Amino acid sequence: MSQVPLERKVLSENDRIAAELRRRFADQGVLCLNLISSPGSGKTTLLERTLEAFPASARVAVLTGDIQTENDAARLRRFGFPVRQITTGGTCHLDARMIERALADWHSVSYDLLFIENVGNLVCPASYDLGEAAKIVVLSVTEGEDKPLKYPAIFLKSKLLVLSKIDLLPYVPFDISAAEHNARRVHPEIDVVKLSCVTGAGLEQWQSWIEERRRELQALRGALVT
Amino acid sequence: MHELGIAASVLQEAQQEAQHHPGARLRKVKLRVGEFSGVNPEALSFSFEVLVRDAGLELLQLEIETCPRRQRCPACQRTFTVADYDLRCPSCGTAETEFAGGDELELASLEMEDYEPSAAGAKSS
Repeated sequence: MSQVPLERKVLSENDRIAAELRRRFADQGVLCLNLISSPGSGKTTLLERTLEAFPASARVAVLTGDIQTENDAARLRRFGFPVRQITTGGTCHLDARMIERALADWHSVSYDLLFIENVGNLVCPASYDLGEAAKIVVLSVTEGEDKPLKYPAIFLKSKLLVLSKIDLLPYVPFDISAAEHNARRVHPEIDVVKLSCVTGAGLEQWQSWIEERRRELQALRGALVT
Repeated sequence: MHELGIAASVLQEAQQEAQHHPGARLRKVKLRVGEFSGVNPEALSFSFEVLVRDAGLELLQLEIETCPRRQRCPACQRTFTVADYDLRCPSCGTAETEFAGGDELELASLEMEDYEPSAAGAKSS
């Protein structure tokens, strides 16, 4: 028997495309955010509230992934910003090639903020780099507060945890401080925003978090130019 | 359940590499899978078995080394294995330590049996 050392990543092809997308986003000053959660945690509703708050002149675009249907894209198009649905036809996550293809003929669309709404799934999307500046994990208060411990990979890889549907806290046995604590056991540096898309509570913190990332991106670009 | 796609990538990479070694027969693929990779080793092994059977490569085995989470202590430079989410440095007690591994999904190596036409029929171990 002979041993042949390989020492490379299994998803090296995905990572190569993701690195290319990341370089392109940096060159064009695009902040790309990848939203990940279980089905029904409120990703689309959060994006609705987010798009609603932008002025018509905002250069924001959305790619939304689902296994089937154009439903989410239809919901998000109502706000007048460019939205494209990626239907994976069975695949449980988005990969970098799907993003590359979806953006390939979007030349006429100009944007400096791109949201990617991943397929509802807390496991598989964690393995795929899409070239985003940050992954954002959304956890609603109707789920279990131990989810960060059950699905640690995505909580480890996300920059921000959004605890959604906090208007339901009086009606569900969800211990929000335990959820936050569990997320920090996995990833001590993770940012946390608690919000409700029904009452609007916390939406301002969510918007400031995004603005902060945009400023960081701009500062980074400025440092590269000079 | 994205393990089938990952198993397909593993098999493809292994077969591509094998093409650079004409005459050698692929016997084993060694992988490293981190506890925090988001990949289930059992589902990955099962997917791999199905794929090699379909490809008529039944003798090809997958060996998975699972890698625990590691943290590095900025104070004493020690790298340690994490148990039960306790990220504190076991040597000096520093609470804020840095991520140092546990999310890998890597092809480590291949094991190949060299095919020697002259020895064909005279089975070697």
